[in-house]
Amino acid sequence: MRLRRFFHRRAEQAQLAEEIESYIAHEVDDNLARGMSREQARRQAYLKFGNPQRVLEEQWQWNTVGVLDNLARDLRNATRTLLRDRGFTLVVMLVMAIGIGANTAMFTVVGSVLLKPLPFREPQRLVMLFERMTSGNSPYTFNVVAGGVFQHWQHEATAFEQMAVHGTGGYNLSGTGGQLPEKIEGTRCSWNLFSTLGVHPAYGRVIVASEDTPNANAVVVLSWSLWKRRFGGDRSIIGKDIVLDDRPWTVIGIMPAWFSYPDPETQVWTPVRHETTPVAWNALNNHQFRVVARLRAGITREQGLTELITIQKRLNLEHPNTFALSDSANLQPLLDVVVFGYKTPLYMLLAATACFLLIACLNLANLFVARCAARRKELAIRSALGGSRWRLIREQMGESVVLALCGGTIGVFFAYLALRWLVRARQDIPRVDAIHMDAEVLWFALAITLLSGIAAGWLPMAGVTGTRLLQTLQEASRSFGGQGKAKLRKALLSAEVGLTMLLLISAGLLLKSYERLRAVDLGCATQNILTMRVNLPKPRYADAAKRAAFFEQVIATVRNLPGVQAAGIGVLVPGQGYWSDDSFTIIEHPPLPPGEGLLAIKRAAEPGYFAAMGIPLLRGRTFYDGERLDRATSVIVSDLLAKRFFPNEDPIGKHMRVNLTDHPVDYEVIGIVGDTRHLLTQEMKPTMYFPLYSGIFGRATIVVRSREDPTGLALPVQKLIAQIDRDLPVSDVLTMEQIIGNETLNASFDADLVVAFAGLSLLLAAVGLYGVLSYLVTQRTAEIGIRVALGAQRGEVLRLMLVDGLRPAAIGLVIGLAGGVSAAKLIRNLLYGVKALDASVYLAVSVVLALTAGVACLQPAWRASRLNPMDALRAE
Amino acid sequence: MARREEAKARQMLLGTLDMLILRTLITGPVHGHTIAHAIERTSQEVLQVEQGSLYPALHRLEDRGWVVSYWGISENNRKAKYYKLTAAGRKQLVVETGRWRQMVKAIGRILCEGR
Repeated sequence: MRLRRFFHRRAEQAQLAEEIESYIAHEVDDNLARGMSREQARRQAYLKFGNPQRVLEEQWQWNTVGVLDNLARDLRNATRTLLRDRGFTLVVMLVMAIGIGANTAMFTVVGSVLLKPLPFREPQRLVMLFERMTSGNSPYTFNVVAGGVFQHWQHEATAFEQMAVHGTGGYNLSGTGGQLPEKIEGTRCSWNLFSTLGVHPAYGRVIVASEDTPNANAVVVLSWSLWKRRFGGDRSIIGKDIVLDDRPWTVIGIMPAWFSYPDPETQVWTPVRHETTPVAWNALNNHQFRVVARLRAGITREQGLTELITIQKRLNLEHPNTFALSDSANLQPLLDVVVFGYKTPLYMLLAATACFLLIACLNLANLFVARCAARRKELAIRSALGGSRWRLIREQMGESVVLALCGGTIGVFFAYLALRWLVRARQDIPRVDAIHMDAEVLWFALAITLLSGIAAGWLPMAGVTGTRLLQTLQEASRSFGGQGKAKLRKALLSAEVGLTMLLLISAGLLLKSYERLRAVDLGCATQNILTMRVNLPKPRYADAAKRAAFFEQVIATVRNLPGVQAAGIGVLVPGQGYWSDDSFTIIEHPPLPPGEGLLAIKRAAEPGYFAAMGIPLLRGRTFYDGERLDRATSVIVSDLLAKRFFPNEDPIGKHMRVNLTDHPVDYEVIGIVGDTRHLLTQEMKPTMYFPLYSGIFGRATIVVRSREDPTGLALPVQKLIAQIDRDLPVSDVLTMEQIIGNETLNASFDADLVVAFAGLSLLLAAVGLYGVLSYLVTQRTAEIGIRVALGAQRGEVLRLMLVDGLRPAAIGLVIGLAGGVSAAKLIRNLLYGVKALDASVYLAVSVVLALTAGVACLQPAWRASRLNPMDALRAE
Repeated sequence: MARREEAKARQMLLGTLDMLILRTLITGPVHGHTIAHAIERTSQEVLQVEQGSLYPALHRLEDRGWVVSYWGISENNRKAKYYKLTAAGRKQLVVETGRWRQMVKAIGRILCEGR
């Protein structure tokens, strides 16, 4: 009620004035009736009523809510002051907008990606299980699980309510009704994956136990996006067949749009047992599955892990001769696994944006200190006249809060744009589609806005006490006052420079790390190479001869394409991932003790692959075209394999026994090629290359090299492949540079953002330095004038002022270095090829900061040294 | 000190003023001038209504929903703001009158005993 009157104060006043007028008129009427003269009646009426103005004022005060009234006045004053200096206001607002916007955006990302529980039933009970190898020559902490091991865990462990398994598998989705064939990602999962997670299909049903067997009819569950995109969202697709890898599959259900487990790429879910041979399913050492489990209520993760480790130990005792059988197990909350690798970068970016906002606030506070100093006399007089200190502080804060609020509003808009961009640019971030700004985010934005506004406004006044204010009144115009202010400004500046230094160090480390990453030698050519992947479906390419024939035909036609300098086919090119390894024995070497084996990455190549890919042939020869099918009994090894497994001997002519299909074959080593990296960030590993024309391998990457930009070749090559097999989809058409770019996306993203914020901070710090020194020079104009008049050298004055300005910068630099070291340790995991204490980075950053500080200070100091003593003394 | 006591006295009056205004309104809607006059005349000029307190009191009563106001034309053919008792106001009058009687009785008893 009172608030209503408060907001309608003016109308209320007008009404009351009218009411009073009416009252007096009535009183005059009465008085006239009593026989008074008009003059007399009027006078008596006013005498009786008293002072109408007093009544009005009392009413006004009664209707006024003090806090709101003051607030409104402060805001009005602040807006007026800010509008007076539009350039300043606009720049500060923009800086605040960037700071608040970036923080809001990062807060949203961290909240949605890292903190929000997974959208499954009781997600805190979901864990992911891993095998763990503590001994041997290849220790793994979190290894994928073998089918046999999973079965033991599932049957024997009691700590878990349910346990499900899933692995990846791509499919060729055949086109129907004029659609092109397409390569889609699939997840092969045990039937209970859905019930373990506690999710239900949007339509239809999920896989049941009887379908999760080798001989059951093929069934498939579709993702919402695939259903919408390829099948027009038609519900009648349920029960009908679609063609995957040339086989008919019955669609049984469609998952809801939000369901994207285990990753957003998954378009279909198929029963794992149907897709895995019994041998592979039962093997104890064929590590290929992820295992997700739901802990029983009340059971801790530690209890679950203990149980798994016990089972694993017993398995080792029962199967002492099984090679690569893990001796332990591991377990992690599912959420941690899902966001693995994104936690540190996202928190780091949040910290960087927070640092930036802090710097922006300090800078703003600094600017206000200057303004405050300019108004020192006015403030002192007001305070002497009884203006409360609180009132003065509030006035100052009004300005900064208005600035922050405007900045914050723009900032939220910035954040919205940034998030939209991020969601599109970084589809690799898990749960990226869950990112959106909700009420919580807006409250956060409001909170940091008010906090930064209040902090920036309060800091300059913090050191001002009533007595100090009064002292300024006593200062003569020529006394060199304001030293207290200068001290505060210098302290603020040191903090600002320190934070900037911290950001610069992180940025420097990340940038260097990114450059190291880009400079990594994959071991092959990366310029002007185009790659594309095909996967020959089993039914149509069931026999080896057909596969070999297909590859031969493709390579022959592609090589004749105009513009193609060289072409080759291999199973995965460097940078495309680990894919698979195999164990082998060397015939010429004494047999290994049981339970041990030699392991190398497995690849296949067509004879021209090494030349096309630029992988150097170090010794021996490449395959012959005639080495195909059963005659394909040669193998090419990488340099590392040769050195590690054939020490002090010539591997060429030796034989490696490998079981690629269902029987072991002895392969003769015919050549040694250069080492390559399966992933940019991974070490080189021993690799063996088998002849692609053996026909054993159905998946391949076609490599085309040209003299200039090869992207123009993508379409002609795809057309050629379509001519050979119209139903075969081609996927991942990427240049080598794009493959590397995708892998360094995270690093470049982090480095770019942090460098951007560090650069902006450096600019702010420079502005701050410049401002402080300019202020100091102005303050000491008279003093400098006297010094010069008394014979001080210009150089001396310049030095004096420079030292004065650079001291806070130097203090900040030292603080920043110390802080940077700890920050660098926190982001150690994000660095590649750079140590957290990389001296060159620290040195470079210090130099950059020192130079910037020097340049920022030089102009005011120079101005001071050029002062004409007469002008200076007359200045006041 | 003196100011605070004076304020206290006025506050006590405020409570009774509210009651008196409500009582005046029971005969029907009237405007501010009539209210003041009615109280003064009925009390035989013992109680003087201070204008500084009449309007805040009226607004307070309006805020609490005990009276409603509207602009009308007075018997003197002038524009005036009329106040009218609401049902809640009527109830409040009964409550306050009861309380007042109780208090008068209690004070009376004490004063009699003292004598």
